[in-house]
Amino acid sequence: MITYLIKRIMWMIPMLIGISLISFFIMHLAPGDITSTEASFNPKASEESRQRLRETYNLDKPVMVQYGLWLKRIVQLDFGSSFASHQRPVLWQVKDKNGNISKGLIQEALPITLLINLFGIVIIFTISIILGTLSAVKKNTWVDKAITLFVFIGFAIPGFWLALLLMYWTGVNHQWLPISGLHSLNYQNLSMFSQLIDLLKHLVLPVFISSLSGLAGISLYVRNGMLEILNQDFITTARSKGLNEKKVIFIHALKNAILPLITIVGLSIPGLIGGSVIAESIFSIPGMGKLFYDSVLMRDFPVIMGILTIGSVLTLIGNLIADLGYAWADPRVRKGIIK
Amino acid sequence: MKKFISNTLAMAGLIIITSVLVAAITAPILSPYDPNFIDIESILMAPSYSHIMGTDGLGRDVFSRMLYGAQISLLVGFVAVGISTGIGILLGSIAGFYRGWIDSLIMRIVDLMLSIPSFFLILAVIAFLTPSIWNIMIVIGLTSWMGITRLVRAEFLSLRNREFVLASETMGSSDAKIILLHLLPNSMTPIIVSSVLGIASAVLVESGLSFLGLGVQAPTASWGNILTDGKEYIQFAWWLSLFPGLAILLTVLGYNLLGEGLRDILDPKNKQ
Amino acid sequence: MVYTKFKFSLNTILLCIFLVSCTDNKVGAPNYAGNYSKEDGGRLINAMTGEPSNLIAMIAGDSASSAIAGNIFNSLLKYNEQLNYAPEIAESWDISSDQKTITFRIKKGLTWSDGSPLTSKDVMFTWKLVTNPNTRTPYGSDYQLVKKATTPDAHTFTVTYEERYAPALDTWASLHILPEHLLKNEDINNTYFSRNPIGSSYYMLDDWKSGQQVALKANPLSINGKANINNLISRVIPDTSSQFLELTADNIDLMSINPIQYQRVFPNRADLTKKISLYKEMGNGYTYLGFNNKKAPFNDVRVRKALNYAIDKDEIIKGVLLGLGEPLSSPYKPGTRWNNAELKPYPYNKNKAISLLQEVGYHKNDNGFLEKNGRVLKFEILTNQNKQREMTAVIIQRRLKEIGIDVSIRVIEWASFINQFIKTGEFDVVLLGWSLSLDPDQYNIWHSSQQGPGQFNFLGYENKSVDRLLEKGRMELDVNKREKIYHEFSTILLDDSPIVYLYAGYGLSAINKRVRGIKEPSPPAGIYHNSHDWFIPKTLRRNEISDN
Repeated sequence: MITYLIKRIMWMIPMLIGISLISFFIMHLAPGDITSTEASFNPKASEESRQRLRETYNLDKPVMVQYGLWLKRIVQLDFGSSFASHQRPVLWQVKDKNGNISKGLIQEALPITLLINLFGIVIIFTISIILGTLSAVKKNTWVDKAITLFVFIGFAIPGFWLALLLMYWTGVNHQWLPISGLHSLNYQNLSMFSQLIDLLKHLVLPVFISSLSGLAGISLYVRNGMLEILNQDFITTARSKGLNEKKVIFIHALKNAILPLITIVGLSIPGLIGGSVIAESIFSIPGMGKLFYDSVLMRDFPVIMGILTIGSVLTLIGNLIADLGYAWADPRVRKGIIK
Repeated sequence: MKKFISNTLAMAGLIIITSVLVAAITAPILSPYDPNFIDIESILMAPSYSHIMGTDGLGRDVFSRMLYGAQISLLVGFVAVGISTGIGILLGSIAGFYRGWIDSLIMRIVDLMLSIPSFFLILAVIAFLTPSIWNIMIVIGLTSWMGITRLVRAEFLSLRNREFVLASETMGSSDAKIILLHLLPNSMTPIIVSSVLGIASAVLVESGLSFLGLGVQAPTASWGNILTDGKEYIQFAWWLSLFPGLAILLTVLGYNLLGEGLRDILDPKNKQ
Repeated sequence: MVYTKFKFSLNTILLCIFLVSCTDNKVGAPNYAGNYSKEDGGRLINAMTGEPSNLIAMIAGDSASSAIAGNIFNSLLKYNEQLNYAPEIAESWDISSDQKTITFRIKKGLTWSDGSPLTSKDVMFTWKLVTNPNTRTPYGSDYQLVKKATTPDAHTFTVTYEERYAPALDTWASLHILPEHLLKNEDINNTYFSRNPIGSSYYMLDDWKSGQQVALKANPLSINGKANINNLISRVIPDTSSQFLELTADNIDLMSINPIQYQRVFPNRADLTKKISLYKEMGNGYTYLGFNNKKAPFNDVRVRKALNYAIDKDEIIKGVLLGLGEPLSSPYKPGTRWNNAELKPYPYNKNKAISLLQEVGYHKNDNGFLEKNGRVLKFEILTNQNKQREMTAVIIQRRLKEIGIDVSIRVIEWASFINQFIKTGEFDVVLLGWSLSLDPDQYNIWHSSQQGPGQFNFLGYENKSVDRLLEKGRMELDVNKREKIYHEFSTILLDDSPIVYLYAGYGLSAINKRVRGIKEPSPPAGIYHNSHDWFIPKTLRRNEISDN
């Protein structure tokens, strides 16, 4: 297990270098000299920010040297500060000389996106496991077909359209749910418990929209996994031993079908961190997706590169944890039979 | 074939996709108006006999625009998936056939690409390169080849040691011949299935980019930008969002049903 | 509703989720028709599409920032309802006989919202700040024209210009005075103050939830007196469709709306007009089609004129703005003194356009396109992502095609637009907008010296008489003489046709009827001019837990 862990971590090093390369060269994708890319009409401001850029990114040096110096800063978690006029730090808060704290952009956006997407993932997996199992057990009946159709509709419907329809229906017509934002205006004056309820109410629609599109992939995965396992020897054995059918399905088959899902969790992490630009715009949620989109439009390179790097690194860590979880859960891997 | 017909969902998918194809091909014949014909006397008219899907904010006929939009949606889907499948087959074949260090390298690149949120990559690249329909197709293609690479490689690995491949190898066939004659044809099922599913995603990505104003540009009609235009008036000019919304929904659904149906039918594991 | 069927299919799935979170918000129907007298308190909720970046206006530059900062900071003087200069921090000002020195007398007893006194020292500090080369502001050049600034005492501030500078008062009316005691040891480009400002105007910052909302509250020490409404909340709602849903659900009190909402949605929705009023006023900008005046064939005035004749502006106003806009013939707000009322836009005249182009040497080829020396007349209209501009471009494209010009359209997001096309001058024709300022000086946009990369005369317009008039206009303080200068300038500009004036759209706002005190018809300075005087009657307020 320990050697496996070390091996896995060693694998991450070339990956990290690759990620940093991609993030760095995205910056050079914009046509022309990157110092000319500023979304302002202001000759003076742009000349100054050019100078600042040249200094920060050592633009007078050869590209590989620039990359090396940039990497050196990134390793120390120094992502610099935004080009926007607020110049807030990209990653983490800094204190000025008077002790005032200015929070990092990613520091503020990431928890919001994580919260929504964690909710989303829990819901996706719970519903997918139920639907997938049901589909497998009732294979080729109308139940199976209805479920397949439903999850595919969820995947196929353009999210922002459904979101607006639901906002109209639940927010305007019936006033059941808030339309957009994360908190009500009187949030501060609410008790802890009411604050939580208030937040949850604001999250219902965004989480629903983001979960709906994810159901298809995972419930089909569960369905196919279940079908495969239900045909395997040990299940047949269990059945022949006269075990109750429900017990067979739920204890033996399901356990084995769910196991590979751990890897899927690892794979869904980019989406988990990336969030959805569209959902966040529609629901006015200041998450990572919106931050990235705004930064792209403003050519705010420190933020763009910061998000790409941080997002990818967190993904790698997530994948590592998922793999370790899988190894821990699957005795064959644990004992070193596989890999 | 019998199996396919009996699979109602796959059949439904096939019917939907065929109708979209027919609509796209016959757009010049079917559409009652020039899709870009502006008529400021009839702005935002509800569906009627003269405009069966109503008119948009410039008095253009929504039905005609929907038909031409089908062309764009198909084009984006097919070209993007063509690119990703091409890359996927090439890299997957190399990795699966030669194994060794080249396999490790390709798989690391796949892992790398998978660890970067792909919509972010698409957004950044399209915004920097300025949006055009070609850029959109290329970028979607270049960011979605990883799945197919993995599939092809896995198929190759499992086929590699089968008798017919080994036999061909001992007979001195060239690598290319083995790959093209033996390995690829036997791996077509997952490739086809995954391409069909890929088209569905590409259509959705295009509509998402349109929402952000980075999609196919005016005055070209695409379902994505008709829907985006319509979202402002969802309470009022419902026809502007309903028709493109349904079209995207049905088309993507169609590709998915077709893809899954093909998987069920062609998959040897299901032939018990 | 046609999508009812679709919604029902989701009904069952959603029901379980909604049941948990369902509460009843219904309040008794408010009486919007009644007459109410002024009352203090209440809360106004406003929507903005982007979050303010920096509340120091000279640094920020985005519209969300200046809208919020305008509620917090004051200038030496301001424009009143009739767009005349009125006192604000300064109680009066004198202009010397050589017209180069202005002496501002500052009101006594003014304080910042933290209680510290506001004196001429703060004004001096702000001037030094805005002219400091290390300050990253685009506005410095206006104030660098001041040769000398002095503060003889705590209540006097004098500036002396190198030469007479007519827009001087306008520039002082737009410079927010900043507190020296809080900023003197700070780096103005990067300071905590930019998001935690202390000002002197009607409101002060209450709470800023990053990415979500900026809440202001009435400043008890305001130098303008107290505003009626206690809390001013600006919510960040990026998507305008979401904003509109929030407005109709009564969750926000005001937003700006588009012509279709104004002309088509509201008239058909009695439920909305019952609680929401619509306001229309002359907007603050105009949209134009600008030629690359240096590049063939646009370097020929006849081509520019021909294109001007070939574009039907009334059709654009009718089609894109649903009639909610006006044609223009000078770069000034219609109805103001700077606008030369004698000038008329180029009328739509296809034949004139064709004959002008024939004069240049164009003739129709076999495909029906205009051609000269084997080269077809074709160009690309470049515009940024703006629905109205896109639609305008499409209409122009069609009209020009009719006379045989092959026009393509390219829509590009703003950053690429500026960097790849405007700054490099690599474009044929742009469809953009300029804002209409209150001072008539247009030196930055039309003077031939302003063509450097990143400067505003990117169309490459050069005309000696215009240069001279612009120089003269800047130095003329007599309003009547100035008016004549700019009328002449507008005449030449229209005749030269470096741009086609397309339209000046109306500003359209929808405001909930609980908000009272809005002036109708809107004064020249606009409906928001007296927003400090608006009020919300107690009985019309939302359920507000606490109002402090």
